[in-house]
Amino acid sequence: MHTLEPIIAELPLFKGMKPEHIQLIAACAANVRFEAGEFLGREGQPADRFWVIRQGRVALEIHAPGRGSITLQTIGEDDVVGWSWLIPPHQLRFDIHAVTETRALMFDGKCLHRKSTTDHELGHELLRRFAQVIVRRLEAMSLQLLDLYGDHRGEHD
Amino acid sequence: MRPAPFRVVRNRRETHDTRTFTLEPVAAGARFTFQAGQFNMLYAPGVGEAAISMSGRAGTVREVAHTIRAVGRVTRTLQRLERGDVLGLRGPFGAPWPVSLAEGRDVLVVGGGIGLAPLRPALRQILERRERFGRVSLLYGARSPRDILFAKEIETWRGRFEADIEVTVDRASPGWRGPVGVVTTLIPRAHFDPDRTAAFVCGPETMMYFTVRELARRGVPHAQVWISMERNMRCGIGLCGHCQFGPWFVCKDGPVFRYDRVASLLGVHEL
Repeated sequence: MHTLEPIIAELPLFKGMKPEHIQLIAACAANVRFEAGEFLGREGQPADRFWVIRQGRVALEIHAPGRGSITLQTIGEDDVVGWSWLIPPHQLRFDIHAVTETRALMFDGKCLHRKSTTDHELGHELLRRFAQVIVRRLEAMSLQLLDLYGDHRGEHD
Repeated sequence: MRPAPFRVVRNRRETHDTRTFTLEPVAAGARFTFQAGQFNMLYAPGVGEAAISMSGRAGTVREVAHTIRAVGRVTRTLQRLERGDVLGLRGPFGAPWPVSLAEGRDVLVVGGGIGLAPLRPALRQILERRERFGRVSLLYGARSPRDILFAKEIETWRGRFEADIEVTVDRASPGWRGPVGVVTTLIPRAHFDPDRTAAFVCGPETMMYFTVRELARRGVPHAQVWISMERNMRCGIGLCGHCQFGPWFVCKDGPVFRYDRVASLLGVHEL
């Protein structure tokens, strides 16, 4: 039994999946570590992997001319970084920057795509679970855009 | 009910647009009794009244603290008051946070922006009687690092008490190394037992709505969540009707409500 299987099986992203699927996923996974300040990936680079953070925090950033790097969101323990591996054109949309020393599980997207080609149920389950991650991330981003704590009196007068 | 004269003892800057006023009764030896979550109507002479939650130590006290953000004529006037100035105070009003109900349970305090101010007296009570509660967590969201309320006190709480404290901002500034994202994103990782958690939530209504939704995803029932509502409160005693919210008056039946009592009303746009 791959030693990562029990860890992967307990991650919120994969919790409740069939043991045989966990086994397939684990075969595409590896432990990785990043120093604070290190980039996991840069905007525009091929998106062929994703991560689940085990410890630490990473930031999704964009670079704006004249303003430098702007942090859009941070992602922490047990949360997923990266969904562009699933969606064409498979390119990173943001810079991914380790804010603190970070340990993560890295999942090889190409490996998972290959396994999903032969096991469609695995592919469907991954898509379904990532869709939930995307929806929650978009919902959170939408709330950020609302500027909830700003003073909006008079905006609708 | 006539405003009683209170004198400004201290006027402390908390952030660029928020100040904490400490008041004491003008009458020598007089004391003031209130519970965490209640509010007063503060009268700026010649200008008007505003409902302001108390943000300092609850109980029977000589000094009463209010944290005020300048958003209108009355609050801007109040913010300009100096030590020794006198204003009028009516109160205390409203239903408080049910701190004693939370004893024996995990407590999750979720604040957004100025919403941390009405939560502060309850949090202080919980931390000072720490042994009576299970896991205690504070999740706080601010607009940006410079808008974080009670920043120094939050660090003191972190260092001094056994509590999980997480602060996030919607917009980071250079040098900020903490979480970035709305306060609801802190909930999935918070450590509490949903079956035995009491949650106290205060902030903009949209923030409270999505916070309770995220808590429900974690299995916290609505009957274990309390929110503090804000409406246009004028009389403070349930007579003028300005703060009516369905069958409730926010000034009298609230501002702290158990969420299951108001959940169906929050989705009604006309309210």
